[in-house]
Amino acid sequence: MTKQTVAQGSGLLLLLAVAAVFPLVFTNPTATNFAVVTLVFVAVASAWNIFSGFSGYLSLGHAVFYGTGAYFLTVAANDWKLSAGAIFWLVPLAGLAAAVIAVPLGLVALRVRRHTFVVITIAFFFIAQLSASNLSVTGGSSGMLVPQPNWAGATFNNPFYYVALVIAVATIVLAWLVRRSRFGLQLRAIRDDEDRAAGLGVRAMPVKLAALVLSAFITGMAGAVWVYFTGEAVPQFVFDPLFDLAIVLMAFFGGLGTVAGPVLGALVLQPAQLWLNLEETNSYSSEILFGALFLVVILFLPRGVLPTGAEYLSKAQAWIRRRRAAPGETAREPAAGADDAITPTSAPGGAA
Amino acid sequence: MGTEIAHAIADGILGGGVYALMAAGLTLVFGVLDIINVAQGILVVLGAYLSYVLSVHLHIDLLVGLLITVPAMFVIGVGIYWLFIRTLRGAERTSMTLLACFAVALIIEGVLYREFGSNYVSLNAWYVNQSVHIFGFYLADIYLIGFGLAVAAVVVLYLILYRTTFGRAVRATMQNQTAARLIGIDVNRVAALTFGIGVAVTAIGGMVYGSITSFTPNSGYDLISRLLAIVILAGMGSIGGALAAAVFMTTIEALVDIWQPDWSIVVFYLAMVIVLTFRPQGLFGRHAVRAQ
Repeated sequence: MTKQTVAQGSGLLLLLAVAAVFPLVFTNPTATNFAVVTLVFVAVASAWNIFSGFSGYLSLGHAVFYGTGAYFLTVAANDWKLSAGAIFWLVPLAGLAAAVIAVPLGLVALRVRRHTFVVITIAFFFIAQLSASNLSVTGGSSGMLVPQPNWAGATFNNPFYYVALVIAVATIVLAWLVRRSRFGLQLRAIRDDEDRAAGLGVRAMPVKLAALVLSAFITGMAGAVWVYFTGEAVPQFVFDPLFDLAIVLMAFFGGLGTVAGPVLGALVLQPAQLWLNLEETNSYSSEILFGALFLVVILFLPRGVLPTGAEYLSKAQAWIRRRRAAPGETAREPAAGADDAITPTSAPGGAA
Repeated sequence: MGTEIAHAIADGILGGGVYALMAAGLTLVFGVLDIINVAQGILVVLGAYLSYVLSVHLHIDLLVGLLITVPAMFVIGVGIYWLFIRTLRGAERTSMTLLACFAVALIIEGVLYREFGSNYVSLNAWYVNQSVHIFGFYLADIYLIGFGLAVAAVVVLYLILYRTTFGRAVRATMQNQTAARLIGIDVNRVAALTFGIGVAVTAIGGMVYGSITSFTPNSGYDLISRLLAIVILAGMGSIGGALAAAVFMTTIEALVDIWQPDWSIVVFYLAMVIVLTFRPQGLFGRHAVRAQ
């Protein structure tokens, strides 16, 4: 075990400890409310990245899975008349429901070229939104309420917080495991060159589908927690085009295809957006800001804050090393100058 | 029932003309630039609002207003390309430009909300609420005008593409960008102008759309989802296919609308999903070619 892994490991443990005691230190309901929604988005952004970031197939339809999970929990909790604590047991089932939906969607959508795939996922999103507002089982366009627990107001958010934390941490660990595994390597091979990967023996379709189903499972669970927390399922909020864009932006912002990138993106952008919604009552300011931020990230940080930041850091380190080495190496400087001196004489020869 | 069906088919074909025009712009841009302009929907709405401002505040007739809105949308299109899309390069260019277009769409939507609010508005002129009596049924004038405009615009598009030097350059760029560059075509200029043309048609589309239905800044989502379904069904990059698919889809929608108004739009998407299951490249699309 190198020094670096020890430092990283203890840093992560410290972060986890901070996350575990967060609701005990910050008891303000607004703070814990922000924290719950942020953790949900950490899970969703990481789950999206497991499929889209690793395989290169950008999905703009993850709201389908999120909404499936959300509606599954809402309908089941109402039909089965479950008690407040028992509703949490529906969360993994909601994930399964989303995973089941992902299979036929994947079988149709993953057959096409990458950019057509993006467009098809958008179409699936609209089908889901329309179905939710027209079916009677989902309560139509007016939506449905989730039975709310009668817990004390001060600690009301805490159970949601810990459930969301468990899902978020499990997703990050899963993303890390996938990235290190043979499965993750196959996904990245598909991202780099699908035909060549297939030529080398990667069975592309099952691999892509497995990643999509896994991603949908987590997204469905996150949607279920979120809908239980907010208390109502309304088609235009459960199936929100901005949701899809938000998780894509989080992953791009932090660094597409990295494990830490989407987490960082969610931790920075989601609280910022919640705060903005609190400050600005009109929705258009946040929409304009959101679009502008997206453009800035795509145009100037296309590989994300973390990879670009790491690049600058290593450049800076190299520069510092050179500066430090410089005084001791004065003796070699004439040699370097001599090297330079050779260049002009050799240049005409090269030109001729 | 027979008249109803005939009427639905007539409405579908006439309404399809407008969608055909908007989809032609979308698929032209994709064919030349490999860019999926998901902002096309909100640009149509922007075009409709431009017509609205001209007709309500400056009292310019909708059809005359096109002389202003079409060049305006062209300039907006070239501007979007030059500012946000031109610099994107690399293997993931198509996906990145799609996201950039989505971001532009969000900004435009936000600005429209800021300026016009979320109330429904519609375009008005003396010919908007009239209809003519042909072959036993009444057809709304605006449908006929819209169809006529769409056909005229598609003909102009065709003439530009197949009868001018610029059109030849566009088609060369569509076939092989590197080769086009080698024979001296300024690919960047062709790309910017093509994007401008693809956006300019939304001025006409927006004017007709705004006269047929009332709209809000939110209407862009409805439009873009239909347009995407049309161009995917046709096969991305096929202009003739987009025209046929648009008329086909709107006709199906109008027919289903007789029995199940709530579900007609879902049938629209289902047609797309079914076609893709059997022909992933779309009805008229080229086969997937491996990127070099």
